[in-house]
Amino acid sequence: MKRLGLLFALSLLLAACAGSPAAIQSTQQGGAPSADRVNAVAKNLYCPVCANVPLDVCGTAACVQWRGQIAELLAEGYSEQQVYDYFAAQYGQGVLALPPARGLNWLVYLIPPLGIGVAALFLGRNLKRWKQPAATSQTKLDDDYARKLEEELKARR
Amino acid sequence: MTENKKPVSIVGRVLAWGLLLALLTLVAIQLRSSLQGILTRGEQAPAFTLTTFDGQTVRSEDLLGKVVLLNIWASWCAPCIEEAAHLEQAWQHYKDRGDVVFLGLAYVDTEKESLAFIEEHNITYLNGPDLGTTIYTAFRARGVPETFVINKYGEIASVKIGPYLSVEEITTVIDRLLELE
Repeated sequence: MKRLGLLFALSLLLAACAGSPAAIQSTQQGGAPSADRVNAVAKNLYCPVCANVPLDVCGTAACVQWRGQIAELLAEGYSEQQVYDYFAAQYGQGVLALPPARGLNWLVYLIPPLGIGVAALFLGRNLKRWKQPAATSQTKLDDDYARKLEEELKARR
Repeated sequence: MTENKKPVSIVGRVLAWGLLLALLTLVAIQLRSSLQGILTRGEQAPAFTLTTFDGQTVRSEDLLGKVVLLNIWASWCAPCIEEAAHLEQAWQHYKDRGDVVFLGLAYVDTEKESLAFIEEHNITYLNGPDLGTTIYTAFRARGVPETFVINKYGEIASVKIGPYLSVEEITTVIDRLLELE
């Protein structure tokens, strides 16, 4: 009975391992990649024909062909990065959602955080000053006038 | 109340203005290139090197002295299907002369589909992929199909945006260039 229980537990463990994502992935490595995997790669590539449409949601004939090519490359064992490199070499860097960080492309990565940093610094330095009510000469004049008025009123009483 | 402002250093000012100037220059360059229209008649055709699907290398400088028809196409482009037969017929008309060259340039097309297109439409003139879309960009093309006819001096003699609708439309352009030169 004990042995039967052990066997049952072992078979459950095996079944769980067989159904795990890692196991599924390893079985797919040799064959055609899943649509999800193709779309995950396609999401980072842009349609060659329609502007600003990611490849995973594009319905043109060109995009369908490109997704087919991604599937073929993945099935051949290409890594995601190798697929991106292949597409950039074949069709230009414009197809990449994230341009490689080299040359002038660095500006794309540098300018936004730099801009935000400078803006935050500017706001931090000036916000305090803007919040404080400015003591103007007009307030001073108003005070003098009020004091004089009080004095004259007192004198008349 | 007196404000106690810290003076900005000269280096800081120069750096800030320098950065701004550099950014504006970049934007100006980008704008200039994007506002440039398609190549027009009389302009020198850009130099290019095309490696065909069957491995031949075609260099534009080797084509001087010949009339060159450069057709940009894609297998996913419906109008390209329309003109494929006209282009092939025109090529058959000129292929034995030796002073006319037809080149097909597959734009953002997968090799498999390009080769299937070439086979399906019995295209016999040289064809190759536009790797990195460099030739398309150099010719400042705006879509497919687009065809540039280059004269014997390497100048743009004709630009056709959209498909040729007949063989005559192609031969008229080429014959005129062959007669003139």
